[in-house]
Amino acid sequence: MMLSPVKPNAAPDANTVLYANQVEKTYPNGTRALDELRLRVQQGEFISLLGPSGCGKSTLLQMFAGLEEPSAGRLLWWNKSQMPAGETGRRFSMVFQDATLMPWATAEVNVRLPLDLAGRSKAESGPRVALALETVGLAKFRNAYPRELSGGMQMRTAIARALVTEPNLLLMDEPFGALDEFSRNRLDTELRSLWATRDLTVLFVTHSIYEAVFLSSKVVVMAARPGRVIAEVEIDGSGERDDRFRVSPRFVEACKYLSELLAEANAQGEEATAAIGGATR
Amino acid sequence: MTTSPKPLLGRPTVVRLLAPLCVGLFLLTAWQLGCRLTHVPVYLVPAPSDIAKTLVAEAPALFRSLAMTLEVTLSAFALSIVFGVLFAFLVVQSRALEASLMPFAILLQVTPVVAVAPLIIIWVKNTTWALVLCAAMVAIFPIISNTILGLRSAPLGLRHLFQINRATRWQTLIRLRIPAALPYFFGGLRISSGLALIGAVVAEFVAGTGGSSAGLAYQILQAGLQLNVPLMFAALVLIALFGVLLFMLMVALSRLVLGRWHDPEAL
Repeated sequence: MMLSPVKPNAAPDANTVLYANQVEKTYPNGTRALDELRLRVQQGEFISLLGPSGCGKSTLLQMFAGLEEPSAGRLLWWNKSQMPAGETGRRFSMVFQDATLMPWATAEVNVRLPLDLAGRSKAESGPRVALALETVGLAKFRNAYPRELSGGMQMRTAIARALVTEPNLLLMDEPFGALDEFSRNRLDTELRSLWATRDLTVLFVTHSIYEAVFLSSKVVVMAARPGRVIAEVEIDGSGERDDRFRVSPRFVEACKYLSELLAEANAQGEEATAAIGGATR
Repeated sequence: MTTSPKPLLGRPTVVRLLAPLCVGLFLLTAWQLGCRLTHVPVYLVPAPSDIAKTLVAEAPALFRSLAMTLEVTLSAFALSIVFGVLFAFLVVQSRALEASLMPFAILLQVTPVVAVAPLIIIWVKNTTWALVLCAAMVAIFPIISNTILGLRSAPLGLRHLFQINRATRWQTLIRLRIPAALPYFFGGLRISSGLALIGAVVAEFVAGTGGSSAGLAYQILQAGLQLNVPLMFAALVLIALFGVLLFMLMVALSRLVLGRWHDPEAL
């Protein structure tokens, strides 16, 4: 297992799905959310953005989803500077921190929403919705309203909604953060096997080291103030992973290594903050 | 969940119906006994039995008046819904529109209807229409403010989801903003239905219209002048019962529409 940080300066090539070059984000109040950030996501990778709150990992994800504009720098989607408009092979879906389901609609109608908005007929979308619900194990609950579902089941519904458009890329913003550990581990396992059995690229934001190591083919470690990438760590072992992986020496070693990296970055960050505080005084 | 049937008094619906009924019966009995024991004259405090007798004896006149008040209230309520919702949809289109229109809606709201009613009654020839206008002035504001609040209440996450899926403005309105506004809208309806009745009664008081268009407020006014206190109470009972009925109707309507998706305790 390779546990040395990868130097994150690779240029985009034909297999690049997402690329951020020298991306900065400064809010009107002067807060620097991101500083000269560079990130490359290759076709078929499962990349986790791991870091403390305030390191700009969610901001970066929202930029890739077109919900935020960078203050400076360049973003590429499949080597184009325009957001893809849903053409085959270049589709993405986003899963949010909450399930963000419409409370007035059944699970089925919620899952069908992206197809409805794209103007697909009910006849066309019906089988796809059924398939997506089956994939997340909710076929029986298609007529249930969100408030009748548990937190884990609501999140499954959100994942089914993300899958129904048959995306090539999934952007996931701490999707399981609000769930209990049992549900979270189960959904992590299922997500990993979903990724392993499909041609899917995933960019996943989390602040859990264990989740990042379990899920990812590569973990991008970020630090806060300003938000930046401090290391990229490859977690080898392809294909599906199960609970045995969670107790394997490889898993433990990777977790230990990442937590050391994060602790080091945090210490540096505090020093920097202290230095700035001293300079202004 | 226990499988054994709950005792009758433990069921929530039974409690909800029986408890207020018991309290009401107790109060009525206490009232009746109090009047009989202290021999209070009927022109000061009539006993419930006196009120009931008057209600029966004066039924034709009272129910004609009730019909009149009902007509004014329901027309004003309908007018408030139509124009309140239209106004709310207009205002949420842009912050500039809201900034320029909302102060006038608030102006309308804070002006006491008693103060404006004489003016409206002078301006509008048809008395019924004048009354409807006064009542609608009172009833429209909760509809406006609640509908605006509702249309703006769509959660950020869902708005992002619609944005990512390239939803048009129209799709976002129909599939997101309007459904999200419904619980707030029905909350507004409940308040507004009561206010329409209050507005109608107040306007009738000010207008003091008699003859064929005499509402319940006019009956109270006349009965007061003649010191016919049982008749005053009888008219009051009808107004209160009608108000409660209207409120219950609104609750039932909101349950019917919001149905399973909405937590009934939330609003």
